[in-house]
Amino acid sequence: MVGTRKGGFILTADGKRDRWDITGPFFAGWEIYHLKGSPVDPNRLYASQSSSWFGQIIQRSDDGGKNWHQPGTPPGEPTTAPDGSPKGESNKFVYDISFNTGKPLTTHQWYDGTPHPWEFKRVWHLEPSLTDPEAVYAGVEDAALFRTTDGGENWQELAGLRGHGTGSSWAPGAGGLCLHSILLDPGNPKRIFTAISSAGAFRTDDGGETWQPINSGLHSLYIPDPTAEIGHCVHRIAMHPARPKVLFMQKHWDVLRSDDAGESWQEVSGNLPSDFGFVIDVHAHEPNTVYVVPIKSDSEHFPPDGKLRVYRSRRGGDDWEALTKGLPQKDCYVNVLRDAMAVDSLDKCGVYFGTTGGQVYASIDAGDNWAAIVRDLPPVVSVEVQTLP
Amino acid sequence: MIRVTLPAHLRKLAQVEGEVKLEVQGRVTLGSLLDALEAKYPMLRGTIRDHATQKRRALVRFFACQEDLSHEAPDIVLPDAVADGSEPFMIVGAIAGG
Repeated sequence: MVGTRKGGFILTADGKRDRWDITGPFFAGWEIYHLKGSPVDPNRLYASQSSSWFGQIIQRSDDGGKNWHQPGTPPGEPTTAPDGSPKGESNKFVYDISFNTGKPLTTHQWYDGTPHPWEFKRVWHLEPSLTDPEAVYAGVEDAALFRTTDGGENWQELAGLRGHGTGSSWAPGAGGLCLHSILLDPGNPKRIFTAISSAGAFRTDDGGETWQPINSGLHSLYIPDPTAEIGHCVHRIAMHPARPKVLFMQKHWDVLRSDDAGESWQEVSGNLPSDFGFVIDVHAHEPNTVYVVPIKSDSEHFPPDGKLRVYRSRRGGDDWEALTKGLPQKDCYVNVLRDAMAVDSLDKCGVYFGTTGGQVYASIDAGDNWAAIVRDLPPVVSVEVQTLP
Repeated sequence: MIRVTLPAHLRKLAQVEGEVKLEVQGRVTLGSLLDALEAKYPMLRGTIRDHATQKRRALVRFFACQEDLSHEAPDIVLPDAVADGSEPFMIVGAIAGG
């Protein structure tokens, strides 16, 4: 499932993964930040559809992407409940301003350090529950975490994240103040990891009520205090479900690893040609095999030397090998955005990523060889994979 | 019957072709027209006015009878020609982009 700046696409193949059917664009003309399926009901898909003109829409499919609908009030039905209260709508993301949980959450920092009110802009990432197809988490800009438990009709903020104490000093990165990573611990349903640009990584151990920053060991030269508790521009975090205490992070600069659920981080950039980048992901069957796509710098968002190279470490970082077969090795100046890499769970792990040039590349042998599935989509924002039986 | 024109993306969301026809009870104001539109087409809630503030989204504009009504208050009474359906109320997406 591929989200692009001008619509969503679904790319389908059998287990051989050598012939692909491409359907779409779905929601043509809209930015599709993310599409993702429920792990417990693969026919249940959710999509974040947004535009600068008309705001946020959430779309849902109950048949694997053939048909989509907004999970709000059907046409012709009253938009208020019998008691007069407004019904929920799938695109209604309203920050919690209640006295008990939302009152202190009035402003974050703007780029110039001045207070700025929280303003909902869009959903960057949708993370369906591991156990309930009706439950989904949404990471939004300005950074907050929302949850639905009714299939996307109503969304409530988990305000403990913004309200845990540092929220008023969070500041946006160039892409906005976005919550882009949501990792659900398969062994502990009350543990969730999130990451925000540019505030850092956070963890809850009580299902989202209370949160703590987990940024010890991060070192960011672009902020006044390079080892501050928050303010780090984390671009992406990843985990292997079999080893949920081990996290990997692609930061604005630096690739890092934590072996203690984020309590501490160690840099594992090793021999990468650049430790700037956006994506990071983990092999489906080898928890210590990690993938990144180095990007030249924060001002030059393209691969070093015009060579599009995925780097793989089989040792959980530090020691990286370039994967180049089938990828352009000259004159390539695309970017790979933070949600635009995914892996499948077939025996030979497939790895997929999309570029801002509209290519979607696939490797069916864990990265040794690559081929483009499609070359001319709009700029790719996100890539997700479903491995169907 | 009030006639409303929508931008193409909103027509698609509302699953309508051409103009939308609305009945508005009482005085036809900017606010009551938008309320009626959103009541008939709930999927448009939040796309024209912000859910939380009810303010017009920045890149959406309102026109009728050669007048720009984008910056008018919700309680402004719309022209008779809109109320009687001889002129459409136009909801327009701002021209923007490259």
